[in-house]
Amino acid sequence: MDPSLDGDQGLTGRQPVTSPKESTPKAASRPARPARPGRPGRFGRPGRPGRPARAGARLRLAALLTPPLLWLGLAYLGSLAVLLLSAFWTTDSFTSDVVHLWNTDNFRTVLTDPVYRTITLRTLGVAVAVTLIDALLAFPMAFFMARVASGRWRRALLVAVLTPLWAGYLVKAYAWRVMLGEHGLVNAVLAPLGLSGPGYGLPAVVLVLAYLWLPYMILPVFAALERLPTHHLEASADLGAGAWRTLRLVVLPAVRPALFAGSVFTFSLSLGDYLTVQIVGGRTQLLGNVIASQVTLDLPLAAALSAVPVVLIVCYLAAVRRAGALDSL
Amino acid sequence: MHLTRTARTVLGVLMAAGLAVVHVPLLLVVLNSFNADRSFAWPPSGLTGEWWVRAVHSQGVRDALWTSLKAGLAATAIALVLGVLAAFAVHRHRFFGRQTVSFLVVLPIALPGIVTGIALNAAFRTVLDPLGIGFGLFTVIVGHTTFCVVIVFNNVAARLRRIAPSLAEASADLGARPAQTFRHVTLPALRSALFAGALLAFALSFDEIVVTTFTAGPGTETLPIWIYENLARPNQAPVINVVAALLIALSVIPVYVAQRLSSDSAGGRL
Repeated sequence: MDPSLDGDQGLTGRQPVTSPKESTPKAASRPARPARPGRPGRFGRPGRPGRPARAGARLRLAALLTPPLLWLGLAYLGSLAVLLLSAFWTTDSFTSDVVHLWNTDNFRTVLTDPVYRTITLRTLGVAVAVTLIDALLAFPMAFFMARVASGRWRRALLVAVLTPLWAGYLVKAYAWRVMLGEHGLVNAVLAPLGLSGPGYGLPAVVLVLAYLWLPYMILPVFAALERLPTHHLEASADLGAGAWRTLRLVVLPAVRPALFAGSVFTFSLSLGDYLTVQIVGGRTQLLGNVIASQVTLDLPLAAALSAVPVVLIVCYLAAVRRAGALDSL
Repeated sequence: MHLTRTARTVLGVLMAAGLAVVHVPLLLVVLNSFNADRSFAWPPSGLTGEWWVRAVHSQGVRDALWTSLKAGLAATAIALVLGVLAAFAVHRHRFFGRQTVSFLVVLPIALPGIVTGIALNAAFRTVLDPLGIGFGLFTVIVGHTTFCVVIVFNNVAARLRRIAPSLAEASADLGARPAQTFRHVTLPALRSALFAGALLAFALSFDEIVVTTFTAGPGTETLPIWIYENLARPNQAPVINVVAALLIALSVIPVYVAQRLSSDSAGGRL
């Protein structure tokens, strides 16, 4: 959760107490509070954070931590280490066998070959486009759900938005393959207007990826809008701000961390995708495809290539972290 | 903020349009599973139940479904144990490297699936293969568990944060030993979070294809892999439609359960 929003809510919670109307009865009930200083319960908490760890607690901690750390450390970090290591090896161009000869040629190829540069820029462009499209689509939908619809409608809409999230990645990509096909629904609908759909290619990739990740953007934005205290909007209106001004000066700043949080998903999932590209992308080449196609042919090169999306994502995470996005993940 | 009637209408129209775009492709897949026309040209020329019959009798689909169930259940079970342990460690203790543990748990889903996939692939090839453990169901389960842990971890950690410490304190004040408090207080409070986490983890494993592609041997086919392998075969298209329609129909269940289990805007995958 976003700390600044939390702070706002804390303020809302306290506000009635200080408001002139309610101050008298609240003040009357106040003295009850100091009557119980140093709540006895504070002591009995076993192993709460901040308390010096006793030997037993340390043993328990070790027992808790060992299995997950062993698994993730061995299976996951170990694998990543092997991947990184293999980026420094070479492949015999005749037998396709990995030759354990330490060198940095693969990284040099990835950094200097214009083909890879083009593909990296194209992938980056796709990820940025998908993120922007999702932000533009998610905001009005989330706003309607959180601020216009009420009660049962809100819940129903939430379910309606969430259900496709569960229908499965492949099913949805496949649905669009059918939709965008030559005799598919998109062409059938556009034909009377004298238009035709995008077919399979780069625009289709952007469209389908934006479709796939849309719920990941709607959810955090909806949650942020729902948390936004109504009296912030009222205060803005009382001070004479119109709807646009309130949107720009009150709503957007409050929702910004959530937008960035959603963008982490849309951006990072787009950077690594290769199946959608294979299903609706035609001949489009993105980073994911190149890596996937190189895995069996030239693992060291694929390993070096896969460092590119990782570096991009780490840079992106570092950038949005300052906007408080990671706290609202 | 006072929205004018026009603003509300515009927002409502955008919402409706958005929902339509979200659902039309899925409805089309369901409709197409009854489409008599093999090429799924729009509009359908007639309706038939033949593809459903054929899908039910398809050995490939049955085997793939069975493999998916086995992989999903095993990965969920292991992830449940590891995720709960990690959540308790991070929530109940303060220790050096606590942040690192939270980060390590999230890493497998933060990095692209393909990176996780080829990392595991490379590791299995260089480490497990020489030991005589080939690619198969086992490697798939290892791969799936790695990214399922975070789902259980997130659900349980979120619940642990919300359980009031006063409950455990009261239990201790009444003379319960830590084990009794755990059994009678903490566990019941955690139950729905455990269930939600397990459900989400299973769904994620059931849907996963990228990591599966790189960790499964040639003989191991999960349902998503089966769909993907058969996408290019025109004569399998009707059966794919049925399987896809079935998966869409089944996807309502987790949303329903998640809504029942928690009052907040739940159902989020992460």
